[in-house]
Amino acid sequence: MSAETPLWEVFIRPRNGLSHRHVGSVHAADEVLAIQAARDVYTRRGEGLSIWVVPSAAITASDPDAKGEMFEPAESKIYRHPTFYDIPDEVGHM
Amino acid sequence: MYSQGLIGAHHEVEETPEFLAAFQRRIDAEEKIEPNDPMPEAYRKTLIRQIGQHAHSEIVGMLPEGNWITRAPSLRRKAALLAKVQDEGGHGLYLYAAAETLGVSREEMTEQLHDGRAKFSSIFNYPTLSWADIGAIGWLVDGAAIMNQIPLCRCSYGPYARAMIRVCKEESFHQRQGYEIMMTLARGTPEQKAMAQDALDRLWQPALMMFGPHDSDSAHGEQSMKWKIKRFTNDELRQRFVDATVPQAEYLGLTIPDSDLKWNEERGHYDFGPIDWNEFWRVVKGGGPMTRDRVRDRRKAWEDGAWVREAALAHAAKRRARAAAAAKTAAE
Ligand SMILES: [Fe+2]
Ligand SMILES: [Fe+2]
Repeated sequence: MSAETPLWEVFIRPRNGLSHRHVGSVHAADEVLAIQAARDVYTRRGEGLSIWVVPSAAITASDPDAKGEMFEPAESKIYRHPTFYDIPDEVGHM
Repeated sequence: MYSQGLIGAHHEVEETPEFLAAFQRRIDAEEKIEPNDPMPEAYRKTLIRQIGQHAHSEIVGMLPEGNWITRAPSLRRKAALLAKVQDEGGHGLYLYAAAETLGVSREEMTEQLHDGRAKFSSIFNYPTLSWADIGAIGWLVDGAAIMNQIPLCRCSYGPYARAMIRVCKEESFHQRQGYEIMMTLARGTPEQKAMAQDALDRLWQPALMMFGPHDSDSAHGEQSMKWKIKRFTNDELRQRFVDATVPQAEYLGLTIPDSDLKWNEERGHYDFGPIDWNEFWRVVKGGGPMTRDRVRDRRKAWEDGAWVREAALAHAAKRRARAAAAAKTAAE
């Protein structure tokens, strides 16, 4: 089996004013080739103005098995949402 | 379409009845399954096989059309065909990346294609004998692919569904450029019209076979429907394709080579004649007219490109070493 070519994650900014968004991945030996491959694979129809490539191995992800503990507190704290508070209609939009 | 770095967590799950029931509940609730989520091994294996086969089909599909790029009859046609074939390469890459999120490497998939363990769409086992075949492929083969792929945009596996959304956005141009070629030929000289008819005659049955075997003979069909990997059965999709394509052939003034083809008022669908399933299975098992050539050409492309991949990796390693040495000197 031949040596594996590293994997890169590709992020593209569709236009100025928007954030870069993850669009997919490419295999490439280095960052120069990764940018070229990303351009050919993900921007054949004017999908973006700027590309970031990041070695996939450099990404640290949260543990999917810890999804419960990790994100549950956000859901139970309903007082973080505006609808938790009763404001009479007379006050107007707030 | 997802990071391998994010999927190192792939661990076996114990497939208790409770686990399987909970997984099915997620599917039934239309929740997307993502790379890190626990999933039954059979779900993972089915997807690896299907996405891999789909990716190989895109890549192998570049060969019959690539065959005509240098002989396209005008610059307009050549530019369009070149762009289409490049798109198919892109489709293959989106799909390989989606399969990789399930824990199979690109190199492994490539080897499976090259040694015959992995299949590709039966349609690409046929030769492209004339320029009209390029028109017929865009019209019929990309048309059939669209029928297949649109429901896959809602597939339960997130990375596959996302890859299909990108692919579907690009397919429409493929079918339209093919139909335009057919239109030009059908309105041309009698010889040109005969070329178009000949391409339709040869590719019609193979196009119908693209949807796979009859539902009753489909090995993975039922489970795939249950897991919402597939949304429609092979026969349902084939019927849709026939219904959509017959009026398009009529518009061209071409005749679909099927004497049993006729509108069935009661069903609201076209009835069509039997498909030569012996031929289908012969092709699927590697006996298609071009099967050996296709695999040989893919293998040759892979082997001829090996030095480029190796050189790029060696160059990257050298640059890394140089940068490390420079950083060390600067620190001293
Ligand atoms: Fe495609
Ligand atoms: Fe296509």
